[in-house]
Amino acid sequence: MKRALLRNIDNTNSADINEYIKISGYASLLKALEMKPSDVIDEVKTSGLRGRGGAGFPTATKWAFASMDPKFPKYLICNADEGEPGTFKDRPILEKNPHQLIEGMIISAYALSAEYGYIYLRGEYPNACNILNNAIKQAYGKGYLGDNISGKGVRFHLHVHQGAGAYICGEETALIDSLEGKRGQPRIKPPFPVNEGFLSRPTIVNNVETFANIPYIMEIGGEQYAKIGSPQCPGPKLFSVSGHVKTPGVYELPMGTTLREIIYTHCGGIKDDKKLKAVIPGGISTPILPADKIDCPMDFVSMPRYGSMLGSGAVMVFDESTDLVKVCLRAIKFFEHESCGKCTPCREGVGWMRAILKRICDYNGRETDIEHLLEVSENISGNTFCPLGDGAATVVQNFIKHFRGEFESKIKI
Amino acid sequence: MNKTDGLIRDIRAIKEKYQSKRAALLPALYLAQREFGWLSPEALEFVAEALDVPKASIKGTATFYAMFKNKPVGRHLIQLCTNVACMIMGAERLVDLLRDKYGIEPNGTSADGRFSLVIMECIGACDTAPAMLINEDFYDNLNKENIIDILENYK
Repeated sequence: MKRALLRNIDNTNSADINEYIKISGYASLLKALEMKPSDVIDEVKTSGLRGRGGAGFPTATKWAFASMDPKFPKYLICNADEGEPGTFKDRPILEKNPHQLIEGMIISAYALSAEYGYIYLRGEYPNACNILNNAIKQAYGKGYLGDNISGKGVRFHLHVHQGAGAYICGEETALIDSLEGKRGQPRIKPPFPVNEGFLSRPTIVNNVETFANIPYIMEIGGEQYAKIGSPQCPGPKLFSVSGHVKTPGVYELPMGTTLREIIYTHCGGIKDDKKLKAVIPGGISTPILPADKIDCPMDFVSMPRYGSMLGSGAVMVFDESTDLVKVCLRAIKFFEHESCGKCTPCREGVGWMRAILKRICDYNGRETDIEHLLEVSENISGNTFCPLGDGAATVVQNFIKHFRGEFESKIKI
Repeated sequence: MNKTDGLIRDIRAIKEKYQSKRAALLPALYLAQREFGWLSPEALEFVAEALDVPKASIKGTATFYAMFKNKPVGRHLIQLCTNVACMIMGAERLVDLLRDKYGIEPNGTSADGRFSLVIMECIGACDTAPAMLINEDFYDNLNKENIIDILENYK
């Protein structure tokens, strides 16, 4: 497949606007500016694009809600806070193809009549911050950003806003609170950000990869785009693969490529030709799958049928030598560190799960510990404002479901 | 007061990018941290005045985020990831090495004030794990040998 999202990354100077224009960059913007804003939304609707941040919500539906709200100004926010462990798919866009993101945001802003935009970038990407700031400056210089974009009387101003190391700010309402200068704690919904977001105004939050798809949809048309990959959630998808594979990295493949093909065809199989033990398919919050469950098509609709989720498409591969109880403990330590503290079940429960897992790892576990872990996890699930607590509970439940023997063998010694 | 004159100017310039003065808080805290070394009570007071936002609100925000420092740090800040992808590629051995060779504990500073160490929760370099940031410089594919060579460049 021809690459659409990472099309120019082999060019060492790909972040420069002139290199991007050479490969028809910003042509989609000029095309969109000739259309009515509502027709741009319709084109995205025809494409079937679903948000690439993890939840897979249809992008055009989100846009339509915001577009119907009569309040102004409207804000457009790019969620570039990718912090889900295992996820590094947005990084090549941010660092090597920033203009495709910026072009996607300008087209979206035009479609939604948003005049101000922010890229909420995680603080751990200082390099991407410099690259984006430079790219935005270049886009202003060419008249693609500002008060009169390409002489069409369209106004859009864009800034980079650096986060400061809080995973929870990847959740869109926490991100908005953080952008407002507050502690990044999720809000209760409704109201949804499309109606009351940044500064209580209609706010559209989309992921980096989602925006990067927009110029491509405008280029080839929604109908053509809908033919790529899985019919129910089409398009190209970025997969970030890490752990025990021969060639880890970011791969752009059609949505619906199977986990087996990703691991054995594209990533060369398991390092040192060891046996595969397990895979976390979509970032640390998604349910772990044992080695015999990897013939699943990686898309938002299929993965739940195989007992997991597509999430961010962050594939973490574990070979036969991996101590999965230790991996589970490390994952739960992460959730404990990142819990914002707002909801009691998450704040307290995740800490308890960490304490129990720690003693199991130290061979001090008690016979009742596995049941105790499951009980605590069930008391977290569904009892929190945002999905962070659910993510922690899911990790514990699925590690035990598929690898209970590993937990038991540490307890019984 | 000369150094803070520049800081006030920079914070005011940032305010222009937002339709709310409070929204400029995170960038303002970054600037203050760079100037003062950490977010000391003096630094927080300074930001409160420059943005005209109550100091209590500013402290609430500043203490929420891992990358804002509420105590002084060493000359160089090592931010080492030990999350799952880095852990299975040996990041914990690097934490041990930093403790044994340089006397740095996680969340601590070496006795000579040269290095502080913070354990990070995934810095998005899982394909080239283990990885770390030193100040704003990024390093990956770390092992017990090359990490020593890298640290020698930070005096």
